[in-house]
Order: sequence, then structure tokens, then C-alpha cells
Amino acid sequence: MGTPTQITDAPPPAPQPAVDKRAVRGATRPGDRIFLGLSRGSGILLLVIMAAIAVFLTYRASLAISKDQGNFLTTFQWDTNLVPPNFGIAVLAFGTVVSSIVAMVIAVPVAVAIALFLTHYAPRRLRGPIAYVIDLLAAVPSIVYGLWGALVLVPHMNGLFGWLNDYLGWTGIFSWEGGAPRSMLTVGILLAIMILPIITNVSREVFRQVPQMHEEAALALGATRWEVIRMAVIPFGRSGVISASMLGLGRALGETMAVATVLSPTFDIQASLLDPGGGTFAQNIASKFGEATEFGRDALIASGLVLFVITLLVNGAARAIIARRKEYSGANA
Amino acid sequence: MAKRIDVSGLTAYYGSHKAIEDISMTVEPRSVTAFIGPSGCGKSTFLRTLNRMHEVTSGGRVEGKVLLDDEDLYGTGIDPVSVRREVGMVFQRPNPFPTMSIFDNVAAGLRLNGNYKKSELADIVERSLKGANLWNEVKDRLNKPGSGLSGGQQQRLCIARAIAVEPNVLLMDEPCSALDPISTLAIEDLIGELKERFTIVIVTHNMQQAARVSDRTAFFNLAAVGQPGKLIEIDDTERIFSNPSVQATEDYISGRFG
Repeated sequence: MGTPTQITDAPPPAPQPAVDKRAVRGATRPGDRIFLGLSRGSGILLLVIMAAIAVFLTYRASLAISKDQGNFLTTFQWDTNLVPPNFGIAVLAFGTVVSSIVAMVIAVPVAVAIALFLTHYAPRRLRGPIAYVIDLLAAVPSIVYGLWGALVLVPHMNGLFGWLNDYLGWTGIFSWEGGAPRSMLTVGILLAIMILPIITNVSREVFRQVPQMHEEAALALGATRWEVIRMAVIPFGRSGVISASMLGLGRALGETMAVATVLSPTFDIQASLLDPGGGTFAQNIASKFGEATEFGRDALIASGLVLFVITLLVNGAARAIIARRKEYSGANA
Repeated sequence: MAKRIDVSGLTAYYGSHKAIEDISMTVEPRSVTAFIGPSGCGKSTFLRTLNRMHEVTSGGRVEGKVLLDDEDLYGTGIDPVSVRREVGMVFQRPNPFPTMSIFDNVAAGLRLNGNYKKSELADIVERSLKGANLWNEVKDRLNKPGSGLSGGQQQRLCIARAIAVEPNVLLMDEPCSALDPISTLAIEDLIGELKERFTIVIVTHNMQQAARVSDRTAFFNLAAVGQPGKLIEIDDTERIFSNPSVQATEDYISGRFG
């Protein structure tokens, strides 16, 4: 190699080979191919599992619904052992949605307030400990929440229920006939405590991401701390808070043991949040599954399918809300 | 509306670190004063002490006096929030509120200050956007988000937002450093117009820019890294760039260091 390269001796350039599509996609090296295979495989596996669940639920549900004497969506009854069987999800759908709404109404404002306090008001040395305690709330198993709810929360609800009945009883939804407070409101309060940590943590993370320059922009206009939060922090974090709330809502909709322990289930709808009774999908499945016949299980699975669909709809709605605000989100700044 | 700024013996800290030391100067109303100097010399810090934004940084504190006409911005009982309503600021990177429309961005400061009728608000927004030479470019899309504009337009939007509340002083922290030359020229022209109405202080790394836009120029320097920045001299821009009285200024301007 001692001689300098002579240009005239160089062979004519080989004709350029057609661009290999695989090369462009970066899958020619063994490492890349293995990783591509793994990640593509995982993605496909996820879809297959989702499809399998949907097929299983739909198949078993159709077995039950085809024999249902009543209207599956509107019947206020769950008698799968009758001949012919008569059952419907009206009560369960109502109870699931109502208890989750109560939980969201209580939990979201509190969680957002805690997240704002932790990111913008709390002294630095308090932030760690408070965040830690909230994380601990998330680590408590739901059966423990259920026991606490039944043994501590329920006996202490009488005062609140009486007060609500006195002042807001005229609305109908806060009237109380004096039954044990194992009602939708108690369930909602318990669910609110359970979903508080996830909403708080995700919101806190979102509020921490607000760029300094947006907050400074508000400050420089003469905004107070609260006005900075209103102008820069909350608008920037809105879509994140919606996502956080959806995570919480997902847990509230599907919560089983805590609801089953606190609620005294009946198969009718209470107009008031304070009167005991009603039921939720998950609670109903948990209480009936053990003793159900083969057909009874199919009927419960049918109710599970409805919960699945409700959850999908809620998530879709949340995504639509976020997408509609995309132009204004902080992401493109 | 424009007011005189009179700074005496101003020292600013980040925690225990002294960032600038013993700065005194006077800024005349309806003039443009440029701050130049090497990075880290404290010119941005000093600028941020003029509207009490320095203390927003954790550990930031200030000693000394800043008089706006006769009112000491650091006097007892002075609310930093009301100071910032009087002393507007434009930042290095354009920072329109990403979640607000162009209109709402300009109206943001007004909505903080009080109740305006819809028609009043529309008038002030139009006047401010015209004042920032942006009206013709955005008048058909006032309801579109401000983040959809180009960098130079965003910066002029920020200027419109700052002047909408009719501040007495307008501070600009390297307002063109993130912009291309055409946008920079637009902002410089704008500064020339705005000085009819406001007292303007601008930090810049671009010495041609200081020479083009300012009436007075202040040169800041620091003895060594970790030492506090100091005001070396302030004089008419023409004199600073032709015949400064301190050797360090001449060295910096002629490119011998920094």
C-alpha cells in the first residue's frame, strides 16, 4: 500500500444497485432484524390478544343473550336460573356510570388542586413527603379499601347524609329515607379516594412539564401566582389532566371488591344517591360468579362485554376531546 | 407614559452567588438603551431586576434601589405584580401562550388588569398589533393559535402583548437572537418606532444591532468566571462605538476578546 492511489487506475464505478428496501428500513443487520421482529411481534400479539378477548366475550355473551326472555338492555332483573331466564343490565349500567361520575366529580378537582399545590405552592421540602404519601394511597389493595369503607366510612356517613337530606333533599338526588348509607354516594366517595393517587400523580407530572418560558410570559404581564396557573399552567396541562382522569375513570368503572364490600346490592335503580341499593357490573360479576351455573356465567360475561364497550366509548370520547384541542396544545410550541 | 429609570447601588444574588455588583445608571424616557457584554456578565440578570423578575428564580434576591421616576420598585409595600404591569418584558425565545389564539394572546395582559368591553378589547388588540407591525399579517386569522406563526411573527406578537397594557418601560432580553436576519430587521425597525412612546432597554449580543437601534449603550464585564458582573461604562452609543473611555470596552467592541 506504499504507492499513492492513482486516479487513472481506479476501476470504473460499479453501476449503482437498485436501492434495497430492507436497507432503507434499517433491517439488514442481525441486531436490527431481531429487534424489528420482536417489536413487530409484540404489537401483533397485543392485537391478537385484544381480538381474542373480544371474540370470547362476544361468543359467550351471544349464547346467553339469545335465550334471554327479557330485554338485555332494559330489564331490571337478573334471574338466570328461571326457565326461561330473564335478565338485563339496566341497573348495572346505571350504577356503574353513576358511582363513577360521583367519584370523578369528587376526585378530579381535589387531585388537580393537590398537583398544583405540589408543583407551584408547596415549599420544596414538603413536596417529596406529600408525593410519597399519595403514592402510598395507590399501593393499598382494593379489598383493604373495601373493608375500611364498610367498617369505617359507612358508619360515619349518617351525619353527612342527614345534612344533605336537610339542605339538598328537595333536588331528589340527595333525599334520604334513612336506610343504611351503603349507597351510590358512599361508593363514589370510596372510589374517589381510590382513584385520587393516579390522577394526582399524572397531573403533577404534566404540570411540572409546563415550560418555564410560558410561566415567565404570564409573570411579566403582571400575573399573580394564581393567574399564572390559570393562564399558562392549566391550559398547557389540560389534555394531560384529561388523560389522567381517564386512567382514574377506568379504575372506577372496573372496581370490584371495594364496591362489593360497601354497597348493599339490589336490582333496582334509586333516584337518590343516598338511598341504598343498585349495583355495578364488576360488583355483580364478583358476587354472582362463584355460584352461577354455566348459563349464569355466560350471562355475567355478557354484562362484562357491556362494561368493555362502555370503557372503549369513554376512552374514545377522551381522545376526541384531546384531538379537538390539539392545535392549541402546548405540544407544538 | 414613558418613565425614567434611575438605578443606584444595585447588587443581585443567586443564593450565595453574587451575579452583579453595585450597578448604577440612569435611563432616559423615550430612549433606547442597549446592554452589551460577554456571556455571563450579568446583563440579563440586571435587566430582570428592573421588573422584579429576578426574584422569581429560586434563590434570587436584590439589594439596592431602582427608581421609576420617583417610585422605588424595591420599596417596602411595593407589590412585584404591579411593578410588572408597569414594566413590560420581551424574552429571548418568542413565548406566546400556546393554548391561546392570536387575539387572546394580545388581550391576555388586559384581561388581567380589569374589565374591558368587547369592542374596547378589539380596539386595543388591533392598535397593539398595528403597533407591533403585525396587524396586516394576522388580521384574517386572529382566532388561530399564536404558535402557528413564524418565529419573527411570534416575537412581534409577544411585543404586541407587552405593549397592549401600555407599560412605562419595555425590557427586551435578546429579542432577535432566535430570529433570521429579515425578522431581526423587522423588530429593529419596530424598536425605532416604539421608542416614541416607551422607555426601551434591550440586551443584545449583536454589537451592530446595539449600534443600529440604541441611543445609549452600557458595557458590562466580569473580572473572571465566578466573579460578579459589573457595569464598565455607559455612554452615548456613538461615543461607545467610536471613542470609548475605557480600554476594555474598546477591546470588546473591536473583537479583541469576548
